[in-house]
Amino acid sequence: MAEENEKELVSMAKPSEGSGGKTGTWRIKRPEIDYDKCTKCDTCVMFCVENVIVKDSESKPVIDYDYCKGCGVCADVCPVKAIEMLNEAK
Amino acid sequence: MSYMLKGTAACPGCPIPKEIEMILEITGKNSVLVVPASCSTIVMGDDTNGQPATVPVVHTAFAASASVASGIEEALEAQGKNANVIVWAGDGSTSDIGFSAVSGAAERNENIMYVCYDNEAYMNTGIQRSSLTPRGAWSTTTPEGKKEAKKLLPFMLMDHKVPYVATLSIAYAFDFQAKIKKAASIKGFRYLHLLSPCPPGWKFDPSLTISIAKLAVDTGIWPLMEYEQGKLRLTGPSNLYANKAKRKPIDEYLKIQGRFKEISPDEKAELEQDVDSLWQEIQERIAGKF
Amino acid sequence: MPGEEEKQMQNRRQIGAMVGNHAVAYAVKQAKPTVLSVYPITPQTTMLEKLADYVSTGELNARLIKVESEHSVLATIYGASLAGARVFTATASQGLLYMAEMVYWAGGARVPIVGAIATRAIGPPWSIWTDNQDIMAMRDTAWLQAMAENVQEAYDLTLLAFRISEDKRVLMPMMLGFDGFVLTHTMERLETLDDATVDAFLPKRDYALIDFEDPKGIGAVAGPKTYMDYKYKAKQAMDSAKLSIKEIMAEYNEIAGTNYNTTECYKCEDAEYLLVAMGAWSGDAKAAVDELRQQGKKAGLLKITVFRPFPNEDVLKQAKGKEVIVLDRAYSYGSSGVLALEVKSALYGTQTKVHSVIAGLGGRDVTPQQIEKLVEDCASGTLEDERWLL
Repeated sequence: MAEENEKELVSMAKPSEGSGGKTGTWRIKRPEIDYDKCTKCDTCVMFCVENVIVKDSESKPVIDYDYCKGCGVCADVCPVKAIEMLNEAK
Repeated sequence: MSYMLKGTAACPGCPIPKEIEMILEITGKNSVLVVPASCSTIVMGDDTNGQPATVPVVHTAFAASASVASGIEEALEAQGKNANVIVWAGDGSTSDIGFSAVSGAAERNENIMYVCYDNEAYMNTGIQRSSLTPRGAWSTTTPEGKKEAKKLLPFMLMDHKVPYVATLSIAYAFDFQAKIKKAASIKGFRYLHLLSPCPPGWKFDPSLTISIAKLAVDTGIWPLMEYEQGKLRLTGPSNLYANKAKRKPIDEYLKIQGRFKEISPDEKAELEQDVDSLWQEIQERIAGKF
Repeated sequence: MPGEEEKQMQNRRQIGAMVGNHAVAYAVKQAKPTVLSVYPITPQTTMLEKLADYVSTGELNARLIKVESEHSVLATIYGASLAGARVFTATASQGLLYMAEMVYWAGGARVPIVGAIATRAIGPPWSIWTDNQDIMAMRDTAWLQAMAENVQEAYDLTLLAFRISEDKRVLMPMMLGFDGFVLTHTMERLETLDDATVDAFLPKRDYALIDFEDPKGIGAVAGPKTYMDYKYKAKQAMDSAKLSIKEIMAEYNEIAGTNYNTTECYKCEDAEYLLVAMGAWSGDAKAAVDELRQQGKKAGLLKITVFRPFPNEDVLKQAKGKEVIVLDRAYSYGSSGVLALEVKSALYGTQTKVHSVIAGLGGRDVTPQQIEKLVEDCASGTLEDERWLL
């Protein structure tokens, strides 16, 4: 049993990144942002269902590929079609 | 700060992690989620790998969440503590097995925020129908399409005369968060019903989650409304959709979901009728006829 | 010693008479829980009404959640207990079964809760009269269980339950059974402790699992690699609870001038024929023992007060080598009387003869004379391995 849980009397789950595993490995398709087209509208940030897109210091959206599942929602909602879903295999 | 850490066990395209993030962003650290058996039980991880939520989560038996939440809230209040006690329950728990507990908590006006995230079937156990599955939809227990209409739960909660009832869609995020904010400021039983599209259950490409959540509203199938202190009003784009001509044809919504692939013309007509009746009832309720 | 007696009299101030339901309600009032959740069911209703009274007059500063079902009863007090409140409920029969899922939940979560069970037969047939089937049906839930012989015990065991359940070495919910109508509605002499004494014995509860500064998912999924470890911890806690319970009872006995232990040996040390029983009919068994002793028969009674954890060491010590007659008011169909199974298991390896008597189901009356006859039949070799006292 995990050491922190040794003293727990009932199952306790602590806040953790990757509680579902390294979910980036689930991907078949991978989103790529064309920053030339990107208008920094934040729509992909708002709607990424896995919460893996954040704004960097220049307000550009950045995808965390460790956890991005490649669902394609970001590409679907982007109003200027700046996100392309490419085959992960490539 | 992030309230739902990334890398959850949710299916690709599942809106649950974002929906919870949007709620907790408003209600903050002093929130406790009460989660009955549902997809979210799994999304909330386990004792070995941890949970994505950065607030306390109380897991409960399937039928129990409205009551467990009531008990938590009464105890916290007795200790003079103020916190948002939020139920995050699926449609099966809310409308079927846990309904008497929901009704009881509503009738007693317990001071809890009850959010029903409605993916329109028992998804966690593999897509079996619930009373909130729409007419004509495929599920493993309704392979020829569900014969009964979707139960109109938001109206039933309004009929309990609770202080606040609202319907939400993740596609209309500002409307969503405004309603969470409003609900968080009210004391008593607050019921929020959130349509939560499910890629494997509704059989659509996972990239379309938000588009489908938007179409549900734009076709009039899922009206955005708010019931406060006995008065009902439409919110956001649904104000437009009181006019049937402004609604998108429901076919646009049905044709991109595999669960409606086998729907017959008769069933489709019945579904259209369901939508018309729904809007009729909305108008009557707005006019105070209930 | 006059000083000692005086001290005891000081602590045992009130002598009165109450029906069982009111005695338990009074103990609950003194224990000062902050959240109650109770759903009416015969024969508990007059307890609920008394509690509602206390709450409405402010004598008990608690929230009484009037839920819509027993399942919600235990769900609400589970939630309240997680949030740190001292909690209480009471139920019986169908109600206990309806909340069974949550009884297991509370047991598995290891939270302090006190529940009083006004024991009642389970339908069908519909019956409102006493037997022990309901409380025995919950024996696998990792709750501590005790049974009262009379109204005095119902009162004392209620106070003890709050203290035992919240003890940091224990942290398990506890239920105490007391026979429906026979105790719930019967008025008996009752000595109550004064409020200050109870306050000293029951300090404010200090245990909560919901922590906004250190958030966790409570009761989360545990896979095959970890689930069993929690259950093993529960088993260990149950085993060590035997000791904690005895210690706490000893402390209570000092304060209250009582004589509680996990079992009671009534003329049992030198007995040849040993009755084993729990609940209200233990009193009838004592009367039978007295009469038999008058007639020159060496009868005795081992009364089981705490059923979970089962006091096998006490049973082994007192019953070994005697002719044992176990009285059961609950039966495991397809097997045996519930208490008989436990007693036989405790005596495993010894050559002790154990007779099982099933009686009193659905409130059927069992008299001291009938119990005497069991011992007489045993002595004359005509008592079967299992007899149903119809």
